[in-house]
Amino acid sequence: MCTPSRHLTSSSSDRNSGTDMVVKKDVHQEAEEQISQGDGYATMPSKKFTMIQAIRDAIAVMMARDERVISFGEDAGFFGGVFRCTEGLQEEFGKHRSFDTPISESGIVGSAVGMAAYGLRPVAEIQFADYMYPGYDQIVSEAARLRSRSASEFTCPLVIRMPVGGGIRGGQTHSQSPEALFTHVAGLKTVIPSNPFDAKGLLIAAIEDPDPVIFLEPKRLYNGPFDGHHDRPIQPWSRHPLGDVPEGYFTVPLGKADVVRPGSEVTVLAYGTLRFVAEAAVEETGIDAEIIDLRTLLPLDVETIITSVKKTGRCVIVHEATKTSGFGAELSAQVQERCFDHLEAPIVRVAGYDTPYPVGLEWVYFPGPDRVGDALRQVVTYV
Amino acid sequence: MAQIELKLHVPEPAARPGEDPDFSFLTLPPVDEARRPAINAAASHTYDLATAMIRVLDDDGSIGGHWDPELDAETKRAALRHMIVTRLLEEQFMLLQRQGKAAFAMASLGEEAVAVSAAMAVDVDSPGYGPGLDMHFPTYRQGGILVANNHSLVEMTCQVLSNAGDRLKGAQLPVLHSVPECGFFSISGNLATQLIQAVGWAMAGAIQNNRIVGVGWTGEGATAENDFHSALVFSSVYQPPAIINVVNNQWAISSFQGIAGGTNASFAQRGVGYGIATLRVDGNDLLAGYAATRWADERARSGHGPTLIEWVTYRAASHSSSDDPSKYRPAEAAKAWPLGDPIDRLTEHLVVIGDMTRNDVEELTSESRHLVDATVAEAEAIGTLNSGPAMSPVEMFRHVYAEPPPHLIEQRQELGY
Repeated sequence: MCTPSRHLTSSSSDRNSGTDMVVKKDVHQEAEEQISQGDGYATMPSKKFTMIQAIRDAIAVMMARDERVISFGEDAGFFGGVFRCTEGLQEEFGKHRSFDTPISESGIVGSAVGMAAYGLRPVAEIQFADYMYPGYDQIVSEAARLRSRSASEFTCPLVIRMPVGGGIRGGQTHSQSPEALFTHVAGLKTVIPSNPFDAKGLLIAAIEDPDPVIFLEPKRLYNGPFDGHHDRPIQPWSRHPLGDVPEGYFTVPLGKADVVRPGSEVTVLAYGTLRFVAEAAVEETGIDAEIIDLRTLLPLDVETIITSVKKTGRCVIVHEATKTSGFGAELSAQVQERCFDHLEAPIVRVAGYDTPYPVGLEWVYFPGPDRVGDALRQVVTYV
Repeated sequence: MAQIELKLHVPEPAARPGEDPDFSFLTLPPVDEARRPAINAAASHTYDLATAMIRVLDDDGSIGGHWDPELDAETKRAALRHMIVTRLLEEQFMLLQRQGKAAFAMASLGEEAVAVSAAMAVDVDSPGYGPGLDMHFPTYRQGGILVANNHSLVEMTCQVLSNAGDRLKGAQLPVLHSVPECGFFSISGNLATQLIQAVGWAMAGAIQNNRIVGVGWTGEGATAENDFHSALVFSSVYQPPAIINVVNNQWAISSFQGIAGGTNASFAQRGVGYGIATLRVDGNDLLAGYAATRWADERARSGHGPTLIEWVTYRAASHSSSDDPSKYRPAEAAKAWPLGDPIDRLTEHLVVIGDMTRNDVEELTSESRHLVDATVAEAEAIGTLNSGPAMSPVEMFRHVYAEPPPHLIEQRQELGY
């Protein structure tokens, strides 16, 4: 028979540390004091990392700091993942904390929900976002709602990582950008970094977050920034300043956008791969655009967006996902609702076409710098 | 070779409304037939039990066979009381729904032994067990776990009434409880999704070397869901301390168990395909249910892996307050169910062994009825779905995230709060 008092003792404290699990709080606090956002980063020793290495390092840093953190997914154990994002974790932390799973996305997410409710901090990998759908019910009906339907008596602090986006000749089963399917769900947070630095800082913040976080990794950015010029040589992260990633623990807070280029003529709202496409389009058109990398789609940094649009009076929204009911529709609505009196031109969206992602016509589908540039010219010349 | 006509086979139950109940498909083996393997037996040494039926209580109230859990009389009386209280309380829940005081209701009429025996057998306070919590991941038909684990009946009723006393603040449909301190996980309401969560809970226990169990529950109908398969695959692969319970109460709303594949193989046999220990138990035999769960519980806690248990029982109730069973099965079917009524069977046993007289049982029932009536009165005094202090709209926004993000704060403020 259960003795309620015993359970109440366990559940009245932090349920997520209800079992005998060690969190090295001293290190944690020290690092938090050392690093917030901004100046702190510059003083930290850093390494040249690809986005893959940065993601791997974020998980490793957290696994070393907090034994509740575990990592698993299809091919994610011994082999270290098809993209190598979990390479060596099994060797370093043991098979009970880094392991392969059966090919079952509902099993991966469903078991992660149970583990997170128990008090672990699972970091589950879905091999491609395109394969997420069997686990979608567990994400939408279970992970996202556990806190609200139990009045916070049970919580679900888990991270589900998945590579998204195209540009790798992956066709319609390895190229999708389903972010809007997550931002539409109450109870989830949705994050999408565009570079190694943000990837590490945001992933650590996501692992520490008390709620389920969908962590989308633009796979075309894993090895280097990509501006959409697919016919030009690939640039590695080692030659890009955002490939400089601080060692050890630091966070990039969820819910904060990054103004990556200040400008006066038009605001460009972008995230993931399209951030670099936008940068290329701005450079090639010579338009003085303000580019915002949203980084977190939900919660959305509305403040940064409206401050910028009120200044520029014009707005272009770019994303790789299909246009209709894409996240750009939400962004457009937000801007219209909050900046209507400041707008000097209609908002324009540049997005993937409403077709499945083609392999043969990939570069027609992909919203590259020419399409973004055309939109910029259209919006800044509108009178 | 002669060719037979090629056509779609759509299984039909043995009897439909207007016909005599027909349970000839169910074989009732003698109580001493089912072996009791050692708790550390290889899974393959349990496979014959996937088609057998573990029974302890015989028709005449005597007990026999290899699975007698040897409970003392006090425990048996407590079990009888838990079943009676569960039945009477859920009867009131259905009534409250009909009176418009609750949005919805469900009952476990006729299958009370399942939840009560399992709750009593998962011994969450066994000495020597490590930190962490045992957890049931129940369906809506295991409210008996809360009764058996001595949860406040008033609190249960407040949840059903969605009143100010509802600890879930109206977030969840009636009877989809969440009571961590009684090892009762938040019920989702989606079918079979929580089996794999129970397995994940058990995996977490194994990862942390905590000697706990994760106990999953599904009806036989929802074994058709892919999450059932996930739960069994993960159980097979990682050998976590999990118990997967399939309550075969013959009916999934209006679909008989054949629509879930039950006419071709027992539900327990699905465990065999995954290499998991499997037991099939007389679900209306409280002692057998206790013994089977105890076996699986000890097996799991001592590191010998997961068990699938099929409980053979009968849903004497409607599926919920929203359906009328007389439209899809014979009206007298529950009374003809060969495994009888769980309360009557345990009562018979307690009378036969001389522990209780029929008067004692009547007195117990009468006391239980008073308790339930007082419970409902107390809960109704706090309010019902349509009366009493209104819940603050703030509650709707409160538990979506640990900290409300700006857009939710804005929406709450738009509402005036």
